[in-house]
Order: sequence, then structure tokens, then C-alpha cells
Amino acid sequence: MLRGDLEGRDLDEYVEERLLTTTLENALNWGRANSLFPLTFGLACCGIEMMSMVTSRYDIARFGAEAFRASPRQADMIILSGRVSIKMAPVVRRVYDQILEPKWVIAMGACSSSGGMFANYAVVQGADKFMPVDIHIPGCPPRPEALLHGFNKLQRLVRGQPDLGWRQRYNAVGTEEWARFESGEPTPAAIERAALAVAPKHSEAGPRGTVIPGETERNA
Amino acid sequence: MPDAPGLELIAQGIEEGRQGTVVGTAFEHDRATLIVNPDGVLHALQWLRDTPEQGYRFLSSLHAADYLPATPRFAVHYELLCRERVERINVKALLEDPAAGDGGNGAAPQEKLPEIDSCLALYPTAEFHEREAYDFFGIVFKGHPDLRRILMPEDYVGWPQRRDFPIGGEPVLFTHNEIEAPRWFE
Repeated sequence: MLRGDLEGRDLDEYVEERLLTTTLENALNWGRANSLFPLTFGLACCGIEMMSMVTSRYDIARFGAEAFRASPRQADMIILSGRVSIKMAPVVRRVYDQILEPKWVIAMGACSSSGGMFANYAVVQGADKFMPVDIHIPGCPPRPEALLHGFNKLQRLVRGQPDLGWRQRYNAVGTEEWARFESGEPTPAAIERAALAVAPKHSEAGPRGTVIPGETERNA
Repeated sequence: MPDAPGLELIAQGIEEGRQGTVVGTAFEHDRATLIVNPDGVLHALQWLRDTPEQGYRFLSSLHAADYLPATPRFAVHYELLCRERVERINVKALLEDPAAGDGGNGAAPQEKLPEIDSCLALYPTAEFHEREAYDFFGIVFKGHPDLRRILMPEDYVGWPQRRDFPIGGEPVLFTHNEIEAPRWFE
């Protein structure tokens, strides 16, 4: 081509087939999302599941994150795999502060998301009390598949195309908790909905899928 | 393990050295326990360690307990082991709560903590054990060279393993009880 083998329309087609235009930001994020280096950092029993995520059975190398770095200065993300005790929290925070920007955090399991079963004097009730968390993964512990799923969500976040929440996917915007209230008091519709939620299935409320009063007005 | 008569003989031997040391004995589930006066705990431990036919020269555990509605409220347990005969004996010192009746919530002030003599001179291994008992139960070991918290953060307030210490955690809102807390989401 450079020697002038192609000309005119042939040259245009040749270039079109071989080039892709994008923005620098997109290209950069694409690279980042596919080479996220997690920090070698296990907090508790969830760490075992995190380790097995690296093995050939689950193989996080498929997504380019098999290189667990032993130094926070080489890592891109940290997986909080387990409970964070009050005494450990400053250590975790310091390790997080040492990771270079941009950095991401996955809170793996119930303990690091909310304190889990450890509602006691020693454990921080959720790691997002002292550091920002991007992805929460439920489970006690989450299976490696669940962790990989959360990791894929993080990748989409890094690419700048975060997954939609369920309200967007199911066209349920407007049913948030705050939308049920007007003046600090629950609306009659909210009380009715809460009563339906706790009522036994064989009650007079009808089968699942019954239109709840108040729902139609709000969606309309 | 000394049997029940053997335990009585031990109690008698300790009493001969210092009257009023042994408050009682208990022999349950093949475990021998000497209940001693906290003032005489060092005498009892030293007698058990240095009497040739006893020879309980190893302190396998030192821990505290809180028996809250009961008085005396606290106890410090010493689990001794004779390695030659592989025999164990428990020594239990009952401690009154100086802050009783204050309506405390597991955070008694420093000047109102129960006190007992440190056995560090007899069993050097007790150093960390006594720090742990102090950390969790607020029991002061007199004569300990470095009595400070060992597991909880240094600036922690309260004695978390006491029975009147609040359990902690946070109330969790589920779908069924969220309408009881108006505007909880803010």
C-alpha cells in the first residue's frame, strides 16, 4: 500500500477494513478493563474463594486479572475478601491509599459489605464506612463464579459502560423507597404494598402479579 | 488429674501454709478446681509450683470469666499442668465488682476495676494472658509491668467481653419493617 499498490476506491476499502476509530479515553479504558491487577490481599475465609478464582478451574486469566500484585503500588484494584475488624480498618485504608489512581474496590461477601453475621464489638459494619466501594458481591462466601460475575461488572464499569440497575432494566424507575413517601410518612399505597409483602401467599391479597392499588397511578 | 481426695489434700496443704487461702473445692467431670481467696492466689500458685510432690510448673492458661448476676461477679482461672505426671488442676479466684450497682454498660472507669495480684513472677508466660484478661474484662493485675490492651485498639473504651457490654452491630432494615422507620433511606 505504501508503495502505491492500491489507489482510489481500492485504497479506501483497504483502509476501512483495517482501521478502527475511537476516542483515546475508550481505548485507554478498554486496556485498563482487560488488565486489572488485583492486590494480593486476603482478609478472611472469602480469601480462599478468591484464591480458587485464580486456579485453572475458574481461571480469572480469561479476563486478564490473573496477575495478583504483592505491592499496592503495582495493583489496580483491591478485593476485600472477608470481615474487616476495627483494628484492621486503618491498615486496609492505608493499603487502599497506596494504590495508584485509577483504583477500584470490590467488597466480597456479606462481611465486608455489611458486617454480615459479625454484629459485634470487633468488626466494622461494612467496609464502605471507611473507603469507597465500587462493587458489592453478596454471599457467605460468594462462590468463585459469583466473584467472576462481580469482576465482569467491574470491567464494564471501568469501560465506562456500567450495567444498568434492575430498576432501569425492568422499567421500574419511580418505585424507589423515597418515591413511596411524600412528607416523611408512608403513603397509603406504601403501607398496602408492605402489608402484601409480608402477607402469606394464600391470603386474600390474591396471587402474585395482582395489580397493587396505587401502582398504576404512579406509573401512569 | 488429682482425684477428689487428692484435691482435698492439696487444699489442706495450702491452708497449712496460709490460713484462709482456700475458699472451697470443686470436683466435676474429672476436673479438680481449687477456689481461692484473691488475696492468697499467689501463695496457692507458689505452693502448687514449688512443693516437690505437686510440681505444677506450667501455666497452660490464664483467663477471666464474668458470671454477671452472681456475686462475686468475676473470676480469674489458672489452669496448671504438671508435665511429669500429665496432671492438671484449676485454680479459680473469685473477684468482687467494685463498680457493682453503678448501672455500668461494660465500660467501668479505670479506678473501679477489680484487682488481683499478677502471677508474672511465678509464671512468666502469664504476661500476655493477663493483658488479654485486662483487655476483655477490665481486670487489673497488680504488679504487671506493662498492663495495656493487647487485642483491641489502644484507644478502645469499655471491656467488651463483660456480660453487660452492649452486643453492638447495627439494626438492619428489611422489607417487612422498613415502614416502621420513616425516611430511613436518608
